[in-house]
Amino acid sequence: MPRVWSGAAVLVVVLALCLVLPQLYANQFLFFDLMVYLALAQGVNILYGFTGYLPFGYVGFFGTGAYGMSLAVLKLHLPPVPAVLAGGVAAVVLGLVLAPLLRLSGAYFAIASLAASQAVYYVVANPSLTGVTRGPYGISLARVYHPSQSYLVMVGVLGLTLAAVLYLRRSRRGMVLQAIRDDPQSAAMAGVNVVRERVLAWLASALIAGLVGGVFAWQISVFYPATVFDLSTSIMAIVFTLFGGTGTLLGPVLGVTVLFGLYNVIGVSEPQYFQLIYGALIVLLVLFLPGGAASLLKRRGIDVL
Amino acid sequence: MLVYALTAGVLFGLFYSLVGLGLNLVFGVLRMVNLAHGQFVMLGGFAAYLAYVRLGWHPLVTMVVAAALFLGIGYLLYPLFAPRLAASTDPEMISLVFFFGVAEMIQALAVIGFGNNQRSIYAPVFGAAPVRLLGERFPAAWVVSGGVSLLALLAVYLYLYRSRLGYATRAVMASREEALVSGLSVGRISALAFGIGLALAAAGGVLSPFLLGGVNPGVGVGLTMTAFAVVVLGSLGNPLGTVLGGLIYGVSLMLMQSYLSEWTNLLPYLLLLVVLLVRPSGLLGRGVRHA
Repeated sequence: MPRVWSGAAVLVVVLALCLVLPQLYANQFLFFDLMVYLALAQGVNILYGFTGYLPFGYVGFFGTGAYGMSLAVLKLHLPPVPAVLAGGVAAVVLGLVLAPLLRLSGAYFAIASLAASQAVYYVVANPSLTGVTRGPYGISLARVYHPSQSYLVMVGVLGLTLAAVLYLRRSRRGMVLQAIRDDPQSAAMAGVNVVRERVLAWLASALIAGLVGGVFAWQISVFYPATVFDLSTSIMAIVFTLFGGTGTLLGPVLGVTVLFGLYNVIGVSEPQYFQLIYGALIVLLVLFLPGGAASLLKRRGIDVL
Repeated sequence: MLVYALTAGVLFGLFYSLVGLGLNLVFGVLRMVNLAHGQFVMLGGFAAYLAYVRLGWHPLVTMVVAAALFLGIGYLLYPLFAPRLAASTDPEMISLVFFFGVAEMIQALAVIGFGNNQRSIYAPVFGAAPVRLLGERFPAAWVVSGGVSLLALLAVYLYLYRSRLGYATRAVMASREEALVSGLSVGRISALAFGIGLALAAAGGVLSPFLLGGVNPGVGVGLTMTAFAVVVLGSLGNPLGTVLGGLIYGVSLMLMQSYLSEWTNLLPYLLLLVVLLVRPSGLLGRGVRHA
């Protein structure tokens, strides 16, 4: 089977499962959250797996998307779907504002992006801005609440995200990004526009988080700044990605399925035990299996998408 | 009000210098960002609380004991993780992720062990009467904390600039390879530096309940960010710069609290972003990609 077709098959299977499973096990919120993390993990993957920038503050784009969508509904009276797009646009605008962060290397970038997400959070939640963002009092979108429609839109956003990663796995652009990650000087020598490619990957990953945040806001419809700017959202997306294996399509899918499942078994009532487990997982992965679970298969000669 | 804000800023600044110095020392010697630094500070805070409530220890006694204990722990832990991380493809990034995992574990264990509640210590343990400084009255705990931080900073200065081991430590900071070639036992010096970094975190942590109003398992992330802001302000890898960074941070914090209190939460993050973006050369050029 040609490799492009096997990728498309993965995409179709994942989306079909997301559509069918809620009919078999009636817990739509669970599957919605699963899709949120599938998409966010792939967003982290696009940035970290393909360019080597680790965005600790990825949740900043998610929260910005949620607020962009909500304000588009409340202030501009847009219907929900265009409002979700507005959320994506808001996240891309934030990405453009923060693009200079890409000048920083490794650890500096990771920490600066965390600082940026916290700064956005404290601005949005600030009591002085109650007139604009409703400050710490949160948002209510009860008027447009429609869980089954927002579920379908989420399936669409997830499909878009998986297609984007598939494209990067199989295209010249994905190879270019990985070349930049591994050796920016040589890539620049080979005629690659390093800055443009990095910024594009950064904005794509911001767009994904913004769209996901927008649909998330629509789905839960009542939320506080702390809900959508919760650092543990970035942290879980990063851990899922690292666990599955970065730079692949299937790695993050695997990581989310296994760890999000684990989270739902033990994490919801006793989050500290789950936090302990994934903290230990990261430490062990970094020390003994830096390539994630996918590298176990690669080592046996199986090509992971 | 201005004199009050400036003086309180210096007292808090000395404390933040102490918290930042441990992070900077570890970065300077190991070339690794200890993302769990704030969590170690948090453990120091809980040590002060538990020793005071259960054993009746004075916080300054706890401080000495906790610092010695963390020094030992750091020294013994170093060989378990550092050589493996240093041998990986991208030590800077991999070690960041590693310490991030450590931070998550410490925070989870703190919630399991101590609960999620905010704990505070009866403040007059340092003397009930406020202390007069420059015509303003300050809580005794602030003045004592500032003074103790200053003593700890002096001790680190004497170690780094007036002792054989400190001389060797600075050699490793300047160039790990050349220090190895000159026959210094880089591994032992680095283990000691990591231990001292944790000891400084614990020492600062013991003071933290008095300056920050209490301690809970969630304060670690914010403290790591603040420490990083302080360190970057001064310049990474330069211990004296951290003291300057801490003082600037403390004074701006107090000025914000006096004149723009609603926006105080933003300060460490904005300061960090502005410094990183506007003056990355303040990082001795190490923070910038060359391509």
